[in-house]
Amino acid sequence: MKTASKIYTAIIFVFLFAPIAILLVFSFNDAKSLSVMSGVSLRWYRELFHDEATLQSVRNTLILAVSAMVISTVMGTAASVGMEKLRSRWLRSALNTATDIPMTNPDIITGISLMLMFVFVGRLFGLANSLSFWTMLIAHVTFCLPYVILQVQPRLRQMDPSLPEAAQDLGCTPLRAFFKVTIPEIMPGIITGAIMAFTMSLDDFVISYFTSGAGFQTLPIRIYNMTKKTVTPKMYALATIIFFVILALLLISNLTDQSDKKYRKK
Amino acid sequence: MKKAVSIVVLCLMLVMLVAGCGSGGSGGKGKNLTLNVYNWGEYISDGSEDSYDTVKEFKKWYQDTYGVNITVNYDTYASNEDMYSKLSSGAVSYDVIIPSDYMIARMIKEDMLLPLNYDNIPNYSNVDSSFKGLYYDPDDTYTVPYAYGIVGVIWNANEVDEADAQGWDLMWNEKYAGRIVQFNNSRDAFGTAMYKLGIDVNTTDTAEWDRAFEELKSQHGLVYSYVMDEIYNMMESGEAAIGAYYAGDYFTMLDAQADTVDLRFYYPDPTNYYVDAMCIPKCCQNQELAEAFINFMLSRDAAVANAEYTYYASPYTNVYTDSEYIEEMGEEAMEILYPETGDFAEKYNTYAYRNLSQDVLDYLNTLWESVKIN
Repeated sequence: MKTASKIYTAIIFVFLFAPIAILLVFSFNDAKSLSVMSGVSLRWYRELFHDEATLQSVRNTLILAVSAMVISTVMGTAASVGMEKLRSRWLRSALNTATDIPMTNPDIITGISLMLMFVFVGRLFGLANSLSFWTMLIAHVTFCLPYVILQVQPRLRQMDPSLPEAAQDLGCTPLRAFFKVTIPEIMPGIITGAIMAFTMSLDDFVISYFTSGAGFQTLPIRIYNMTKKTVTPKMYALATIIFFVILALLLISNLTDQSDKKYRKK
Repeated sequence: MKKAVSIVVLCLMLVMLVAGCGSGGSGGKGKNLTLNVYNWGEYISDGSEDSYDTVKEFKKWYQDTYGVNITVNYDTYASNEDMYSKLSSGAVSYDVIIPSDYMIARMIKEDMLLPLNYDNIPNYSNVDSSFKGLYYDPDDTYTVPYAYGIVGVIWNANEVDEADAQGWDLMWNEKYAGRIVQFNNSRDAFGTAMYKLGIDVNTTDTAEWDRAFEELKSQHGLVYSYVMDEIYNMMESGEAAIGAYYAGDYFTMLDAQADTVDLRFYYPDPTNYYVDAMCIPKCCQNQELAEAFINFMLSRDAAVANAEYTYYASPYTNVYTDSEYIEEMGEEAMEILYPETGDFAEKYNTYAYRNLSQDVLDYLNTLWESVKIN
């Protein structure tokens, strides 16, 4: 039984990581092929750093992901705090359901409906380009928000409500108590939420595809558009780099979680 | 306190809104000149692998000639249909687009393109006369051709007898059962069968489509897989031995083939011809700048660099007669890319795909579903 469970675990891991391993290996290929390994070289990494259009799309993706992360983290935290303070249970659960909609809604519906709205508003103002960086940002904040709320809300619920009250008893203004007591207490939730928002924004294709305008294309869109010809191995190199960056982020988020648990045990 | 915070937040949001409108509206008027180009992915020389950076060179040329600094937004799409849906939604405006022939015909019919002012495109004289008056733009009012291609059969000489490598019959040859790949796209797959049977690929007669359908069904048992861009890896590695694709793409495969594979190429007759051409859509914000860009794309350095980068055949006389270009491509490649077609326009107008009516398309797609299920 024990060996069976070990084999089962091994199979699961192979299926999860074999594609990434193949991509990683072929990013070091000397030839321009995904099937023939002709030698090890850093050729595609060099090419990648000379490809201005791809680097620009990486920059666009990062600018968008960071902005979406910051805005949705601030908004999501504020929304969670506000929702926790609500007296009416009914209203709170109604709000909870409403904020979950962008997460449970299929991407394609979110994408098309947002595009229609932006085009409608753009027509109203008579703009030639109703889609731009800003419409993409609004779209990304929309679908990142529920992930932040989902992470912050349980933290708030776990927190002892008498802590900020005690701070106020000792002379803090409510605002000071919020920043000095509540925020540090829910910080792990905020950080995890922010990282979730960042990764969601980073790898989104469908919603970005519908809401992107002239002059601002993100990396997933650029890679998709390469499929008329083959996707060049430059992209394997780029994907390898991104994989390790995300891995590092995940490790950091797990480590903060761990230290938080230790702190709680004390 | 609460009020103060909410006022700050409100102000921030207002600033963002105004900034958003600003960046959206700066497309046309003002002094800031912006050119929005919408092209296929990987379809222009972009400076990678030490090649010529077309967009950068255009900006430089414009700066040197007119003393005006311009911004070029270069975006890409993956298919004609993607481009069409984005433009017809009215959400974006582009100044130059490079669709394929049948899509151009459709866009002209739907009044989505602007007639070009050829006085602003003096380099138009570089276009070979056999690429003028093609069916999608018979009077040459809307388009400047960019590249063209012909579908041929790619085969692995280490597996396939040279004697068998002729015509469309190779793709139906039972000797190579399980070694053949077919297009995973209804129009191109039916095309192979229709060229083989000598049927007009733009027919509206359902009986003719049924005949092609029977032919594809008889091929189904021999087909290893129905593919689009997966064909590159399958042919390069020797996973499949026979497949039809564009001449330019054959060279991409040749570059990456394994040691055990020896890829060759020939044109069956008749076969498919296509042309991609530059046009200016109605939503264009600056037609003169767009025409300057088209003119630049026709100039020697840019045209040669693009043809070398994409491997597709160029319809420009200043490219295919250029000694540097011929040397770079090699004699063999020149023979394949620029075959003796006789009168190109006549062949093209007979065998190219045209826009099918919705009824025919629906019928074709139902047939296609049952080919693949069989």
